[in-house]
Amino acid sequence: MNFLDLIWLIPLFPAAGFVINGLFGKRMPKAAVGTIAAGAVLVSFIFAAAAVYQLSQLPEHERSHEVKVYEWINAGPAVTTGGQATRFVVDWGFLLDPLSSVMVLVVTGIGFLIHVYSNGYMWEEDGFYRFFAYLNLFMFSMLTLILGNNYVMMFIGWEGVGLCSYLLIGYYFLKKSAGDAAKKAFVVNRVGDWGLATGILLIFATFGSLDFLKVGEAIKAGVAAGQYHVGQPIFIGIALALFVGACGKSAQIPLYVWLPDAMEGPTPVSALIHAATMVTAGVYMVARSNWIYQLAPQALAVVAVVGVLTALFAASIGLVQNDIKRVLAYSTVSQLGYMFLALGVGAFTAGVFHLMTHAFFKALLFLGSGSVIHAMHHEQDMRKMGALKNKIPVTFWTMAIGTLAIAGTPGLAGFFSKDEILWQAFSSEHGHFLLWLLGAIVAGMTSFYMFRLLFMTFFGESRVDPHTEAHIHESPKVMTVPLMVLAVGSVLAGYIGLPKWLGPNLFEHWLEPVFEPVQAVAAAGEEAAHHSAGLEIGMAAVSVAIAVIGFLIAYTTYAKKSDRAARVSAQFKGLYQALLNKWYVDELYDALWVNRAKDLGRGLWRFDSKIVDGLVNDAAVGTVQSAVGSGWWDRWIVDGVVRFAGGFVKTASWPIRLSETGYTQNYALVMIFGVLLLVGYVLWGTL
Amino acid sequence: MVPIHHYLLLGAALFTIGVVGVLTRRNIMVILMSIELMMNAVNINLIAFSGRLGHVAGQVFAIFVITVAAAEAAVGLGIVIAMFKNKETMNINEIDLMKW
Repeated sequence: MNFLDLIWLIPLFPAAGFVINGLFGKRMPKAAVGTIAAGAVLVSFIFAAAAVYQLSQLPEHERSHEVKVYEWINAGPAVTTGGQATRFVVDWGFLLDPLSSVMVLVVTGIGFLIHVYSNGYMWEEDGFYRFFAYLNLFMFSMLTLILGNNYVMMFIGWEGVGLCSYLLIGYYFLKKSAGDAAKKAFVVNRVGDWGLATGILLIFATFGSLDFLKVGEAIKAGVAAGQYHVGQPIFIGIALALFVGACGKSAQIPLYVWLPDAMEGPTPVSALIHAATMVTAGVYMVARSNWIYQLAPQALAVVAVVGVLTALFAASIGLVQNDIKRVLAYSTVSQLGYMFLALGVGAFTAGVFHLMTHAFFKALLFLGSGSVIHAMHHEQDMRKMGALKNKIPVTFWTMAIGTLAIAGTPGLAGFFSKDEILWQAFSSEHGHFLLWLLGAIVAGMTSFYMFRLLFMTFFGESRVDPHTEAHIHESPKVMTVPLMVLAVGSVLAGYIGLPKWLGPNLFEHWLEPVFEPVQAVAAAGEEAAHHSAGLEIGMAAVSVAIAVIGFLIAYTTYAKKSDRAARVSAQFKGLYQALLNKWYVDELYDALWVNRAKDLGRGLWRFDSKIVDGLVNDAAVGTVQSAVGSGWWDRWIVDGVVRFAGGFVKTASWPIRLSETGYTQNYALVMIFGVLLLVGYVLWGTL
Repeated sequence: MVPIHHYLLLGAALFTIGVVGVLTRRNIMVILMSIELMMNAVNINLIAFSGRLGHVAGQVFAIFVITVAAAEAAVGLGIVIAMFKNKETMNINEIDLMKW
């Protein structure tokens, strides 16, 4: 079977699962709902894996397979800003190339594991079918996003995952905080989507097409013909507009605020959507548009700086959080910052590589924290945990592996991808020593907060309340097996992207066709950028040393009996409070935007109630007044004439009325007198 | 043979009694009976003149008057019953609707 031509089916399996579970799930047994949802993703994964395998069998430069299902939008003729006639045509088409194949495997593979895990985690929850319907809808949207062959398809998926994110954050919709968090995520993402939409419109206006491949070709041809050159304003504009979109979806400064709140959703959702897949859509989108960014080094600098600052900022908040999921949320924001740092220094491969390894270990950590929360009966505060190591051993060991991986322990996945990023941040032509330094500091902070999480949760003395402690239990197999699979992935995923001094970088080689430079880079510059392997090893050693310092501080503070945490937080009270309160960014945004929007709403309401309603009310009052006037006219003038006529007749007839007594016998008496008179008169004449 | 003026005096007396009854009695039933009295006074006159003149027309008239009196009694009693249902009274002074 030629799976390459069947890639359009990959998003449709979860879509079918969504329809079945969404329509009939309520009446189906839970086991059937969970099996359909997970099975649909598994089938997608199998199709994706088969298609990627067949893609890898093709010669290197043919590894780009487009499937156009049908012409979706044909909006007629248009003219580009360059004066070139074109048509606005969008296909319902799919593209499998090295970049989307990495994404599709990550999304379906990790997505499948999380679906399986959810079968255990969500078993007791109300609306089980609803959860899986949303999850499948998310998979459909995400797969459309990464497999679409044009920006409009990507936008559809982009909005779809945003919707699912909203629905799943607000899954416990009876909780106000969950509803608020969902709204926050939705609104903040709209800001980013505005940027993405602007970028897409600019792309069409400039290149006359929205197909990835056609835009790429147009740029390459334009560069070759001397029409386009590096630093052209339009490229900077497009790149920055797209980056605004990426900031929203991938939680970068200043639009990161929704992601920590998104932890209100169920933990598998945090793992799937808010760690492993959806939030990396921004990274994917920037990587996909790399030829635009290559021509806009100024925009790249913005990306790099925003990325590294986000990494630093989020990590600093993560240092002191006490909610196990919030630590991981800030860690995710921080790691996404790393990815953007990599993209920003032009190391697209490194960014995507970190995206992939991060998907493994962050999904693992989130699912592990879910397992802890499950064991603790929905307790998320790490201050109420401790010494869980022997009570839930599988969760502990898998989370320990995840922590080691994210902290950058040599030999595990995180080490390879993070070091690649740090090395590129320093050595790439867009890199800078400061970027490396900040990145390395973040590595130390990452190590600290992750080990802090591990030690607070699993080591030290138990701070669990006795009632809960009696019921702590290891999660069922359906939850622990995905943890183990992800743990294996967190160990091994890094080996496909070894640093140059250690071996061949298969990952970079695989992605090369997608990220090839749009213009021939000056050979000399390329050579100059290659620093010695010794320096690379040395810098890796430095970052590992920083991570070890972070580990040691965490170990001595939280694994051993120590009052250092309390002492230090008391000593730097102001800083501690600022970190604990997330640098007061939410408060700042409230003051800057949220409350201003509310003020605007109130002002409009006042305008409505005073001016608009006022006009209506005034009109009503006027009508009543004129009605009173015309009523008076009617009552006194019109009726007055009539009543005067009646009154006159009544008064004038008063004497006659006296004779009318109503007594029949009076009338009869008068009649008899009349008859007597008549008779008398007649007789008078005859006598 | 009884002279004619005896009959006429009897008729006039009966008629006057009827008129006075109609004008002075308050009970509707009695008024109706007084009207009957007046009509029968007329009948006496008719019969008396019929015998006196040897002409049968007076007797035919009397028969007609009796017939009309029967119809009048039926209609009058119907009116009285309907009136009584509405007013629950037989007193003519309480039935004073015939004015403006």
